[in-house]
Amino acid sequence: MQARALTPEEHFIESEPYYEATGDEIAIFEAAYKNKLPVLLKGPTGCGKTRFMEYMAWRLKRPLITVSCHDDLTASDLVGRFLVKGGETVWVDGPLARSVRAGAICYLDEIVEARKDTMVVIHPLADDRRVLPMEKLGTLLQANADFCLAISYNPGYQSVLKDLKQSTRQRFVALEFDYPSMDMERKIVARESGVAADLAEKLVKFAHMTRNLKGSGLEEGASTRLLVHAAKLIVSGVAPVAACRSAIAQAITDDAEMLAAIQELSSSLF
Amino acid sequence: MADNTPLSAAQIEQALGHLLEVEFTFIRVDELVPLIAALPREDQDFLLGWIRRIATINTQIAHQFALRAISRIAHMDRRMIEAWALHAMDTYDRAGSRPAFKVINEIDNFAQLSHEHAAGALFDEIGGILLTFIRGLSGRHLKLEQADTAYTDSETLFLPAVVARMQRAEDNFKLCKAMVVMLWAQTRFGTFRADLDAALSGYPDREKALNQFHALETLRLEACIGRELPGLYRDMQHLKAESGDNLSPAWEHFAAELSKPEADVTDSLRLLAQAYLDATPDLICYQCDLKPDAVTARATVRIEREKILLRVHLARELEKLQSETRDGNQRFEVKITEENRSSLPDFELTLDDAPATPPANVAQLLTSIYLDLGEIPAEYLVPAGPGEYDPGLFDEKKLDPDTVWQGTYHEEGASLYPEWDFGRQHYRKNWCVLREKDVKPLNDGFAQKTLEKHSGLVKHLRRTFEAMRDENRLLKRETSGDEVDIDALVEALADSRDGSEMSDRLFMRMQRNQRNIAVMFMVDMSGSTKGWINDAERESLVLLCETLKLLGDRYAIYGFSGTTRKRCEIFRIKSFEEPYGELIRQRIAGIAPQEYTRMGVAIRHLSTLLNQVNARTKLLITLSDGKPDDYHDGYRGQYGIEDTRMALIEAKRSGIHPYCITIDTEGRDYLPHMYGAVNYTVVSEIRELPLKVSDIYKRLTR
Repeated sequence: MQARALTPEEHFIESEPYYEATGDEIAIFEAAYKNKLPVLLKGPTGCGKTRFMEYMAWRLKRPLITVSCHDDLTASDLVGRFLVKGGETVWVDGPLARSVRAGAICYLDEIVEARKDTMVVIHPLADDRRVLPMEKLGTLLQANADFCLAISYNPGYQSVLKDLKQSTRQRFVALEFDYPSMDMERKIVARESGVAADLAEKLVKFAHMTRNLKGSGLEEGASTRLLVHAAKLIVSGVAPVAACRSAIAQAITDDAEMLAAIQELSSSLF
Repeated sequence: MADNTPLSAAQIEQALGHLLEVEFTFIRVDELVPLIAALPREDQDFLLGWIRRIATINTQIAHQFALRAISRIAHMDRRMIEAWALHAMDTYDRAGSRPAFKVINEIDNFAQLSHEHAAGALFDEIGGILLTFIRGLSGRHLKLEQADTAYTDSETLFLPAVVARMQRAEDNFKLCKAMVVMLWAQTRFGTFRADLDAALSGYPDREKALNQFHALETLRLEACIGRELPGLYRDMQHLKAESGDNLSPAWEHFAAELSKPEADVTDSLRLLAQAYLDATPDLICYQCDLKPDAVTARATVRIEREKILLRVHLARELEKLQSETRDGNQRFEVKITEENRSSLPDFELTLDDAPATPPANVAQLLTSIYLDLGEIPAEYLVPAGPGEYDPGLFDEKKLDPDTVWQGTYHEEGASLYPEWDFGRQHYRKNWCVLREKDVKPLNDGFAQKTLEKHSGLVKHLRRTFEAMRDENRLLKRETSGDEVDIDALVEALADSRDGSEMSDRLFMRMQRNQRNIAVMFMVDMSGSTKGWINDAERESLVLLCETLKLLGDRYAIYGFSGTTRKRCEIFRIKSFEEPYGELIRQRIAGIAPQEYTRMGVAIRHLSTLLNQVNARTKLLITLSDGKPDDYHDGYRGQYGIEDTRMALIEAKRSGIHPYCITIDTEGRDYLPHMYGAVNYTVVSEIRELPLKVSDIYKRLTR
């Protein structure tokens, strides 16, 4: 595929992303969207939150604007700022303002990573007002009817300091995500990577072994995403044990002893 | 450059005489000297080094070690000799000199275990990895410990100190791995689900019946592992081939029968009748001991306890759920969905057909019960009625430290910490017995009086600390930022009219510095602080707490003291979670001088606590009045200093910055060695301590 430059509003998902529903999350999201309610996705990393958003954007035929939040993300980064062009200052919309104007789905990934003052700008958008105050322009931007706000957050591993504030979380319809059941995870890994069914099963078993270790030295077990990575390496001819080491073990820990133990687990399995 | 010329006989005699204290012990070294003199220098140094280390515990043991080690040094792996010496010293710590002599005398056993070119797998080296490995496998949460032989009591897997059956180190590690997996498989695939006592008692020779049963089970479990962990199974086949273990043809039909996926322990018992008549097959290299008695002892207690626990937990669940629907006759049910025989079933808990998600501890209980019984009996699912069980049966007992100290089992419930023995250049395992205690709050208005006494200082401190709070700075002339820096823009435009290059630094940005600090204050409560020093310490703490309130840094205050290694005490004054308030003020007032200062163990314990806090900067600040010191067992002096230094090195390695504030004017002699050249302050005037402590804190965390 050739690289293409798109403006965020043009980012329509054209072909159906592969997504396996684990419950009634699709129906709930659709109902929330129809009622202009914002949505909060909770769940561990790599369990399919972002994929779900892509799927819903495709289903609802709206562009998807994703912002990955980091600890230096300011309100201006979302709303917009003045830039200097040829001796004059020019206003440039940030991704949130663009979504509000264009009626896109704005997905703020890992929202708790953002600075606390940043989170407040989404409050008026997330209740029935649906407006974005643009302080520097002195205007209020009323959201397009198609606009939808979604945020994600991982309650598991982030520090207690970065908990989501009640005033924020109580504005959202919450959907909880978890790793899929063994059967479904096997299906997902096989489908995403094209790996044989028996290998997919072993990979899922391996993931469960690492998830058993959560709390005994691991912050989080292997995610479905990592399994897909490992499976893709295997399909390209990498030996399973080596694929597990590079795609999974090294990704979840740096601790030498833990690495050795995980390595032993994978070599026992394959 | 190191001198490689061998030591002369005279030099060796002098060294040995000094190490073994021959003047007092009358140990004869004349037979040793020529033997050591004949060795290359490297071996001489190695031997003398270990003799010196062992001599710190007992010169006689060191002498015996020397006698035996000389003849082995040429053909025995160094690592093995080290392991042997350390094992002897550990034994001495644990059980005294007689067993330690035994270990030294039985080097040939030790060596035989390890054979000539030992590449043994040492429990100390591989235990950590294997424990994590076992935890990763499904099933009960197992423990791993060292014992004389390899076996399991169904809760703990035991491995010997050294496994060295194979030629190569990696094979020995694989062998250990295979052994723990075999033991795990016994708990996982239901070896103990059958009533072995009853089944075996029908045979005249119980011992033989047990061995035959074990051999049959080994066949069955191998097949289970083959299905569950094919990679390991391949390794196990390889190990068997290496050590020449073959299945006798007479047993092949047993193997065929027991490798069927549906085979379980009853099949092994059924085949036992036939196998009993055969000769006992040789043990397979990774076959461990089977100790049904140890298992039964554990299992009876566990099964009863887990039944109670499950019923109590279910009662709690019910309470939570019933807040919505009130109905007396609700029943829990468990649906066990077995996807296939190789993986553990999923437990689906339902309450009157409505699914109820079991919390992690209930799921773990269900798994454990299922492993014991192969099902979840209906009576286990009846939530416990109010008062049906004595909470003492299921709640972890909190023992009152003082009563425990007086009792015989004073190590019960305490934390055990190692201690660094510099003479031995090694840790003494589980050497210090430490317990946390509460400081009795004292309501005498001490805090109020202190604040009045130092009111000027408090004001000053407040001002300075307030200035340290999240300092937000407006950064100008940045390449990117929230706002346009008009000054920079005007200048840049002028530059560009002028024909020079236009700067791209045209923005302003607000820089917010978030403090993310956790501090642990470790306060010396030894007897020597009595009087002035204690008052100054308490005043310092009050002022510090008052000012720390402003910064919002997380902090904890603990005192330490104790007498001997068996009784180290940590006094809780303020934990990280407790907010500063009247209670904490009263506890600070209640800080009273106790006994001695065994610092190493206190640092180890408080580092552990500090490391549980998630913060970017972690500080461990010690308020002390002198050198580490303890009653008896030689903690005073270099031993204590070296142990404290090692504890601080461990803390630093885990990401903690230690700092010491002392009023010992001689502190400059030993503190640089312990804390490093810049990580301490000596406060010569005790009166200045309250001011200094806050001042130093400010400096450290800016």
